[in-house]
Amino acid sequence: MSNRAKLFIPVAFFFVMLGLLFYGLGQNPGEVPSALVNRPLPVFEEPDLFDATATISNEQLKGGIFLVNVWGTWCAPCHAEHPYLVEISEREKDITFVGVNYNDVAEDAREFLAERGNPFKLNISDDDGSLGIDFGVAGAPETFLIDATGTIRYKHVGVIDNRVWEDTFEPLLAEIRRTQ
Amino acid sequence: MIPELGNFAVMLALCLAVLQMTIPMAGAFTGNSVWMNLARPMSAGIWVFLVMAFGCLAYSFLQDDFSVAYIARNSNTALPVYYKFAAVWGAHEGSLLLWVLILATWGYAVSLFSKKLPLDIVARVLSVMALITAGFLAFLLFTSNPFDRLLLNTPSEGTDLNPLLQDFGLTVHPPFLYMGYVGFSVAFSFAIAALLTGRLDAAWARWTRPWTNAAWAFLTIGIALGSWWSYYELGWGGWWFWDPVENVSFMPWLVGTALIHSLAVTEKRGVFKSWTVLLAIAAFSLSLLGAFIVRSGVITSVHAFAVDPERGMVLLVLLLLIIGGSLLLYALRAPVVKGTATYGANSREVFLLINNVLLVVATSMILLGTLSPLIHEAIYGEANRISIGKQYYDTMFIPLMALVAFFLAVSTFSRWKKTSLQHLVSNLKLVLIASVLLGIVLPLVITQGFNPAAMLAVAMALWIVISVLKDLYEKTANKASRLQGLLGLGRSYYGMQLAHVGMAVIITGVCLTSHYSIEQDIRMAPGDTHTIGKYEFTFRGVVEQPGPNYTANSATIEVSKNGEPYLTMHPEKRFYPARGDTQTEADIQVGFFRDLFTALGDPRGDDSWVVRLHVKPFVFWIWLGAFMMAAGGVLAVLDKRYRHKPVLLANEQAVPVVPESLEVAARVNNA
Repeated sequence: MSNRAKLFIPVAFFFVMLGLLFYGLGQNPGEVPSALVNRPLPVFEEPDLFDATATISNEQLKGGIFLVNVWGTWCAPCHAEHPYLVEISEREKDITFVGVNYNDVAEDAREFLAERGNPFKLNISDDDGSLGIDFGVAGAPETFLIDATGTIRYKHVGVIDNRVWEDTFEPLLAEIRRTQ
Repeated sequence: MIPELGNFAVMLALCLAVLQMTIPMAGAFTGNSVWMNLARPMSAGIWVFLVMAFGCLAYSFLQDDFSVAYIARNSNTALPVYYKFAAVWGAHEGSLLLWVLILATWGYAVSLFSKKLPLDIVARVLSVMALITAGFLAFLLFTSNPFDRLLLNTPSEGTDLNPLLQDFGLTVHPPFLYMGYVGFSVAFSFAIAALLTGRLDAAWARWTRPWTNAAWAFLTIGIALGSWWSYYELGWGGWWFWDPVENVSFMPWLVGTALIHSLAVTEKRGVFKSWTVLLAIAAFSLSLLGAFIVRSGVITSVHAFAVDPERGMVLLVLLLLIIGGSLLLYALRAPVVKGTATYGANSREVFLLINNVLLVVATSMILLGTLSPLIHEAIYGEANRISIGKQYYDTMFIPLMALVAFFLAVSTFSRWKKTSLQHLVSNLKLVLIASVLLGIVLPLVITQGFNPAAMLAVAMALWIVISVLKDLYEKTANKASRLQGLLGLGRSYYGMQLAHVGMAVIITGVCLTSHYSIEQDIRMAPGDTHTIGKYEFTFRGVVEQPGPNYTANSATIEVSKNGEPYLTMHPEKRFYPARGDTQTEADIQVGFFRDLFTALGDPRGDDSWVVRLHVKPFVFWIWLGAFMMAAGGVLAVLDKRYRHKPVLLANEQAVPVVPESLEVAARVNNA
């Protein structure tokens, strides 16, 4: 390549990045991806975080309202989110909280839950991220709301705090509870 | 009324900025000095109007004017006065106003301190800065106006400032950060002016250097404050998370660091010109990219502002115009600023180039990591996003920084143009032996334990520090007295070495705190004790205490050291009723060699609580080192040679490539 042409590398690189950012803007990361909206839970069977010999499958997430939270000890926002999950799980008794420990070291995760409280009834260990791929997880934290028919009703990307809970989850929950 | 005045002031500033970006630039092209002379008064005008706008918003905050939507969302009558003022930049709209105000401040500063610059350069630089100002003022007025009213449904009470932001560290963090980000616009504008005129010589580099150093020092402090804030305010004792928002502040810093060094080479040796211009464009472009990522919500983050794709689109257009335009200009015009001097292997030029490349590689890998969720999604479809964790960054970044530290000392002893290998080896031999020996012995003696990673870190830090000391020793060896020799060295030399020692201090802090911290999160009932090393923590229970706009659960933890009572700590958990948020307030006893960190977790019934007890050795050094770096930058700005230069006329040709300071250095080295 001539020296003259090399000078165009930065601007070319910038336009590739700009295209990527433009693409990213079109994808609202906070909303349910169309691939999963109102679709049943993917079929899975993954080890239990607290008992490596046992597994948890999608069959166990049926017949009630489930909140599946994808988290990891490596994820800073998850640390911020955790106290809210503990508090909300104590308040919302009719929702089963399910933790998906994503790309993490099981030992660290168990310690984390022991120290800071465990809001989850079921703890799935997804140490290789395979379940994350089935769920289309972008990163942690992410939270899926599943209704009694086993259908994913909502996916939230980012931290859940009281405000998010009141503004987005409660209206949806009211609707789910009414129709059941 | 006051908010309308503020709004009007923003409009006037926008009008002035539009005039400023066209008239002086046109004057520079046509040689019309009347038009060019308008640049300085107009930048003063823009600045005055934006100060007025900012003052109006601050006044409305202090008056609790909840008819202003932005104030209703980010303030509350119970909020302490100090935070009411800081809430001005507590969310997107107000912080954007602060961003533009700071941009105008830099523009005004350039107009004040540019008496020695040729008029056509001043006109071009200020025009380019006004173009950026105009773009962001339009963005502010049309998509993010902080003065928008809620006249029909004026709430009687505001929803309060995010409690995470109700903290001293975070109120001063954005102004410093923006001073840094936006400060790179000066180097950027100088680079554009150089491309337009084709004039890029030692004088150009000398004008640009203090501005770049100043912006870099501000950014250093800004990043350090942000890290310090997350250390004590987020409540889990971490100080860096490779979060997208942290990354976007770190990238301009790394490129800015490269730019500072590249500018030095361009000034002293007249080479790397095209590279310097590219770095100047890149540093500010990355600042703009940061503003886009934080404000568009394209990548989710703990710290990000509310997501708004429409705003993102407008920002993207601004990015296209400013960055795309400048890079295209670079591609077309870079050949006119080509360097002519030559340099041999082992020269200081080569070593600085190596460090530049390492810094740029580090930036690229952070950029790649930050954008990876988007890249992955674009390739594999929208249901497949991934995010990259700390591990990726640590494994990429640590070896790169080790190389930077290695070459830092090598370039200290290298000479411009050509250095004999023998000279390097003879100088570095002793430094190497001393740093390796002390690096092994010190951790062994102090901790009584064998930890290779900590030894490597200490050796690396000593490698830098000893080489700085040796260089000082040699530079003063041939003076009448050592003191005279020390006084004879310029401020920019001391600034450089202080910043380099700061880097060594940060390396020590980061590595030792990662390896020797003891972090224990345990459940404690009143009366329980827990021992970490020589510290014994006794939990005395939690009492409820009212605050101005919150109620706090305040714990009492008594600490004894080696059995003797030492201090009492009160970590808190605060509940802010206006937003329904809880907030952890850690109590930290800062020490030179270790911090004691306590934070209150969740209640566990029977008066027992989860308590976080951390002993973190050397964590203070991270911020100490950052402060030393920033102080080094400031010291370099204050160097005499930036102020006692003869006036350069517009038609004067480039000054000779080898300036006197190099000759002084050569004399010192050869004497």
